[in-house]
Amino acid sequence: MASRRRAVYVLSALALLALASLVIALAAGSLSIPVADVLRALAGQGDGVSAQVVRTLRLPRALAAFACGGLLAAAGSLMQVLLKNPLADPYVLGISGGASVGALAAMLAGLPLIFVDGGAFAGALAATLLVFALSRGEGSWTHTRLLLTGVIVASGCGAIVALILTLAPENTLRGMLFWLMGDLAHAGSPGPALFVLGVSLAAALPFSRDLNLLARGELTARALGVPVAGLRIGIYLLASLATAAAVTTAGSVGFVGLIVPHLVRLALGNDQRVLLPAAAAAGGALLTLADTLARTLVAPQQLPVGVLTALIGVPVFLYLLSREPHAGSS
Amino acid sequence: MTTPLLATRQLTVSIGATRVAQRLDVSIGPGERLAVLGRNGTGKSTLLATLAGLRAPNAGTVELCGSRYRELGARRAARLRGYLPQVAIDPFPSSVLETVLTGRHPHLGRWAWESVDDERIAREALAEVGLARLDARDVHTLSGGERQRLAIATVLAQCPRVALLDEPLAHLDLNHRIAVLESLTRRARGDGVAIVMVLHDVNLALRHADSALLLFGDGETLAGPVEAVLDERSLSKLYAWPLRELRDGHRRLFVPE
Repeated sequence: MASRRRAVYVLSALALLALASLVIALAAGSLSIPVADVLRALAGQGDGVSAQVVRTLRLPRALAAFACGGLLAAAGSLMQVLLKNPLADPYVLGISGGASVGALAAMLAGLPLIFVDGGAFAGALAATLLVFALSRGEGSWTHTRLLLTGVIVASGCGAIVALILTLAPENTLRGMLFWLMGDLAHAGSPGPALFVLGVSLAAALPFSRDLNLLARGELTARALGVPVAGLRIGIYLLASLATAAAVTTAGSVGFVGLIVPHLVRLALGNDQRVLLPAAAAAGGALLTLADTLARTLVAPQQLPVGVLTALIGVPVFLYLLSREPHAGSS
Repeated sequence: MTTPLLATRQLTVSIGATRVAQRLDVSIGPGERLAVLGRNGTGKSTLLATLAGLRAPNAGTVELCGSRYRELGARRAARLRGYLPQVAIDPFPSSVLETVLTGRHPHLGRWAWESVDDERIAREALAEVGLARLDARDVHTLSGGERQRLAIATVLAQCPRVALLDEPLAHLDLNHRIAVLESLTRRARGDGVAIVMVLHDVNLALRHADSALLLFGDGETLAGPVEAVLDERSLSKLYAWPLRELRDGHRRLFVPE
C-alpha cells in the first residue's frame, strides 16, 4: 500500500535525482565545468566564461528540457488514466500532429521563431478541440471513440506534414526535420513551460485519488462519489495543455510520455498521488540527461533529442511489452 | 415505522424498448434485504443503477435516506449507499488491499491519505469474504470468484447504509455464495444496513431475503415479503417456465418442471 511516508521518501529521492540531472546538464559539454564552479555560478558568483556559459546558455536549456520532460510524462500519466490504457501517450490523440502542422506551416511561410512557437501551440489546441468536438458526437462519450478520433486526426496531420515537407524549399527542410524529431537547441525561455508544469501538477494533484478510481471504470468511480464527467473533460484539457506547452518548447519529443509513466508505474504502483509527481520528476530528469547526451555525444555536432529518447525508448518499451504477459496473466 | 433508507415514488424506468418498471412504489428500511428477480434482459441492472442514483429515472423519484440524489450530491450519496457493478474493470495492476481501500474514498478529505482506521476497516472487509491472506496479491492474479469477493469487500469497506448489489453471487461456488449471503445478513441484522441484490436463485432469495421485487419485463412488477410473493404462479410467470414447489419440513423449495 502506498502510505504517505513512503510517498515522501520516493518523491524526495526523485527530487534529488532531478537536481542531479540538472547539475550534470550544467557541468557537461564541450567546455567541461567543475561542479563547484557550476554551483558558484548559480549562486550568482563568478563572472568568467564558464559562469556565463552556465547562466546564459546551459541553465535555460536544461530547465527547458526538464520542464518538457515533466510535462510530457505528466500528460502521459493523465492520458493513460483517461483512456484506461497503459499504452496511451500524449501524442496518440493527435495533439503533436496538430502542433507539427502549425509549426511547419509557420516555417514554410518563413515566419520568425516566435510564430513557429505560436503556430505549434495553436495547432496543438486546434487538434485538441477538433478531437474533443468530434468525439463527443451523440451524447455518449466513450474513451474508445476519443482514442479512434485522435488516431484519425493524428494521421490526417501526418499527411499534411508530409505535404509541407514536399513543398518546402531546401534551406528550411533541415529546421523542419529537427523540429519534427524534437530539439532543444532552439528552445526559448523555459519560463512558460515551467509555469504550465507547475499549474498542471497543482491542478491535477488534488484529484489524484479520484483519478485512481476513474482508472477502475466510470460506474465504480461514480458510485464512490467521483464527478466523472467533469473530471474527464478537465484531465483531457489539462493533458492537452501540458502537451502543447512541451511541444511548443521542444518540438515533438517522442516516448517520454509513454515510457516514463509506464516505468514509474512498474516501480511504484498506480497510485496517482505518487505516480503523477514521480512521473513528472523522472520525465524531467530523463529528458535533461538525454539532452545533455544529445549535445555532447558527437560534439560540436548536436543531435535532436527526440532521436535519443526514441533510441532509448524503443528497446525499453519492447522489453516491457515482451514481459507484460508473464506479469499480467493469472 | 422508521424512515425508509431507500424509497421510490411512482418510479418509471425503461431502457430502449424495454419497460423495466412502471409507477413503482417500493421502500426498504434498516436491516431489510430485498431480492430483485427477473429473466435476462428485463432490466434488473438498469433498475439497480437507477436506485443507486447512477441513472436518471424516466419518471418518478428515488430517495436515499429521505433526500433525492440531486440534493445529496455524488459525494454524500457515496457515504450512504454502496453499489456493486456487474463487471469490474482494472486495466492497471493494483494490489488487493489497494483495491478494497478504494471503498474508503468517500470518507476521506481531498488531501487525506488512508488512515490506520481505514486500513483496519478494509482488512476486516477482506477477512469477511475470506481474502485476508491475499491482501498483497495483484488483482490480475485472482480467479473470477476471488475478484467478485474482492468487489463485495470493497462495498463492505465503504460502510454504506444501503448496499445495492448487482449479482453479488456471480462466479461464486456454493460455499462462497452462502458465506456472502450470510455476511450480508450479518450487516443487515447487526448494523442495520439495507440490502438490495439482484439474484438468480429463487431458493437463495427465499432463504436470505426478506422481500422480493419481481420484474416481468413489460413494466409490470410485483413486490412484497418473500413468503407472500414467491409462489408457483408468480415464479412460473416470471421465468416463463413452470416451477413446482416442494416442501422439506417447513422449508419451501422451487424446482423447474
